[in-house]
Amino acid sequence: MNTLEVQGLRTHFHTRAGVVKAVDDVSFSIAKGQVLGLVGESGSGKTVTGFSLIGLVDPPGRIVEGSIKFQGRELVGMPEEEMRQLRGNRIAMVFQDPMMTLNPVLRIDTQMIETVQAHDNSSREVARQRSRDALGMVGIPSPDERLMSYPHQFSGGMRQRVAIAIALLHRPDLIIADEPTTALDVTIQGQILAEVQKLAATTGTSLLWITHDLSVVAGLADDIAVMYAGRIVEQGDVGEVLDAPLHPYTSGLLGSVPSRNARGVPLRQIPGMTPSLLSLPKGCTFRARCFQAGEDCLQEPPMDEALPGRFVRCVRPLRATVPTA
Amino acid sequence: MTLYLIRRLFQALLVMLAMSLIVFIGVYGIGDPVEILISPDADQAERARAVAALGLDLPLWQQYGVFLVRALQGDLGRSFVYNVPALQLILQRMPATLELAVGATVLAIVVGLPLGLYAGLKPDSIGGRSIMAGSILGFSLPSFWVGLMLIMVFAVQLGWLPSTGRGTTVEILGSRWSFLTRDGLAHMIMPAMNLALFKISLVIRLTRAGVREAMLMDYVKFARAKGLTNSRVIFVHVFKNILIPVVTVTGLEFGSTIAFSVVTESIFAWPGMGKLIIDSINVLDRPVIVAYLMMIVFMFIIINLVVDLTYTILDPRVRLESKAI
Ligand SMILES: Nc1ncnc2c1ncn2[C@@H]1O[C@H](COP(=O)(O)OP(=O)(O)OP(=O)(O)O)[C@@H](O)[C@H]1O
Ligand SMILES: [Mg+2]
Repeated sequence: MNTLEVQGLRTHFHTRAGVVKAVDDVSFSIAKGQVLGLVGESGSGKTVTGFSLIGLVDPPGRIVEGSIKFQGRELVGMPEEEMRQLRGNRIAMVFQDPMMTLNPVLRIDTQMIETVQAHDNSSREVARQRSRDALGMVGIPSPDERLMSYPHQFSGGMRQRVAIAIALLHRPDLIIADEPTTALDVTIQGQILAEVQKLAATTGTSLLWITHDLSVVAGLADDIAVMYAGRIVEQGDVGEVLDAPLHPYTSGLLGSVPSRNARGVPLRQIPGMTPSLLSLPKGCTFRARCFQAGEDCLQEPPMDEALPGRFVRCVRPLRATVPTA
Repeated sequence: MTLYLIRRLFQALLVMLAMSLIVFIGVYGIGDPVEILISPDADQAERARAVAALGLDLPLWQQYGVFLVRALQGDLGRSFVYNVPALQLILQRMPATLELAVGATVLAIVVGLPLGLYAGLKPDSIGGRSIMAGSILGFSLPSFWVGLMLIMVFAVQLGWLPSTGRGTTVEILGSRWSFLTRDGLAHMIMPAMNLALFKISLVIRLTRAGVREAMLMDYVKFARAKGLTNSRVIFVHVFKNILIPVVTVTGLEFGSTIAFSVVTESIFAWPGMGKLIIDSINVLDRPVIVAYLMMIVFMFIIINLVVDLTYTILDPRVRLESKAI
């Protein structure tokens, strides 16, 4: 049984200006101990997908359709108290901005111990011990002292480690990591990635790793899902997808990564802008920016298994034609 | 920290000095107490003797000099009317005003915080809207009118509460207090409520704004993602953050409450400092007026200091800075 199975998830925001379809018909699954990289441009709905999984979509948003099965249990429509018991316990999430995730007026020990005690009746001492161990595990030096500190006494990288330590407290079965390293500098990013990878391998934790950094996904993930305007447009084994993308958008993303291009060759950009989620064009939403769009793209493209294990939402997939690399 | 305190005290002294000059000149610029204090049929010689006895024949700067020298020795002059030290007169009346102001502040917090919290958590509910509408009334209805209405309804019509004076008092440490007897407490309810009305509205608005802001913060969402119960999120994570502005403002307001209890004390014939100052202004009892104003300035300075110190306890980010000084 897969740890997580998402089927036809739609999360919409009912705003005054109209319905924002932040997540629209998204399906994916993650097996035990596997890492799925979810990539896409800013505003493509990655964070909203993550919040949907733990039932924390802010109003006016809500899950309007679909199913989220976690270890076989349906999360959509689950009573709040049951959901709370899963959150931070079996499913943990690390947020995008480490500077904002810790409460500025509570000490680190308070914020960690309360997490332990929210899910079992450990004594304060036991909870403190576990918090200290978790801090040690993510490479925070002198964890005893650090427990007594306030968030503002930590750098951004250290705060994100604390957030990751909090996520690890209950050895969850699924961690949703929302661009946890984007705000950090490259060396720290590397350290954290290595540690997380080790953890996933040793504890059998499944990971949903949200990012817009393709190089991170390449090094970390088993599978990749590429999101565009609230939809997954391409999905498959990470090596295969990055080597030979089928969707023009994935190919465009790859083309705009500096390291994959020879020196002196100008970076290719995807022309145009992400369409407004309020008024998505009919048919393929990438059509207006696509270099090979045609008449048939006015039809809504279905998710299609173009090659074995390779899913793409495009009527004119690139097949074996690889423009770069 | 010590250095910080010394600096604050030095600043306080300077403020007191500047205020004494302004107050002295201001009070001595208006009216001539001789006209009020000496009977119209006194002859010239008697008049001159009285004026000399009160020190009113000296030029202004000399009068100020005498006042300053004496003030430094703790002598703020003698009341023209009662012929007792002005300071003693004021200190006698202070417990009455203090207990009224403290009562009003306690009411403001006990009533305002829960209402503000509710209005912040459910801004669109009928309850939330009614609370906000009520707070607008609390802000805009004139205090004297509300006082009169309270008397009309609860004293005259219903006959539930007494409307004048302090009732039975108990002597503790040489001062008389009403709040320790049933009768005294009954006498306190209406004036305290009258004085509290504005503050309740203020606390409601502050709390509501703080809650609404905090609820949108990532740290609240992260607290949820940790699987904390709703009540823990609200009463620990949100509450500790909104306490900072609420304590600051109610603390600073405490000075104004004392200074502006004049109206309430007059309406309910509450024998506090406010009543004393009104009476003293009527007969131009200069030493009492000056001493009262100096007391108020002193009180504001003390309150500011206490609020600043409390602030550093509540907000760890400020604490670090003061340590660095
Ligand atoms: N509270 C909200 N009300 C209305 N629309 C929202 C709300 N929250 C998110 N959205 C919309 O949902 C869409 C997806 O946002 P999301 O934060 O998931 O993007 P993202 O892929 O995580 O982007 P980024 O890489 O910048 O983090 C955005 O277009 C945004 O406008
Ligand atoms: Mg995001």
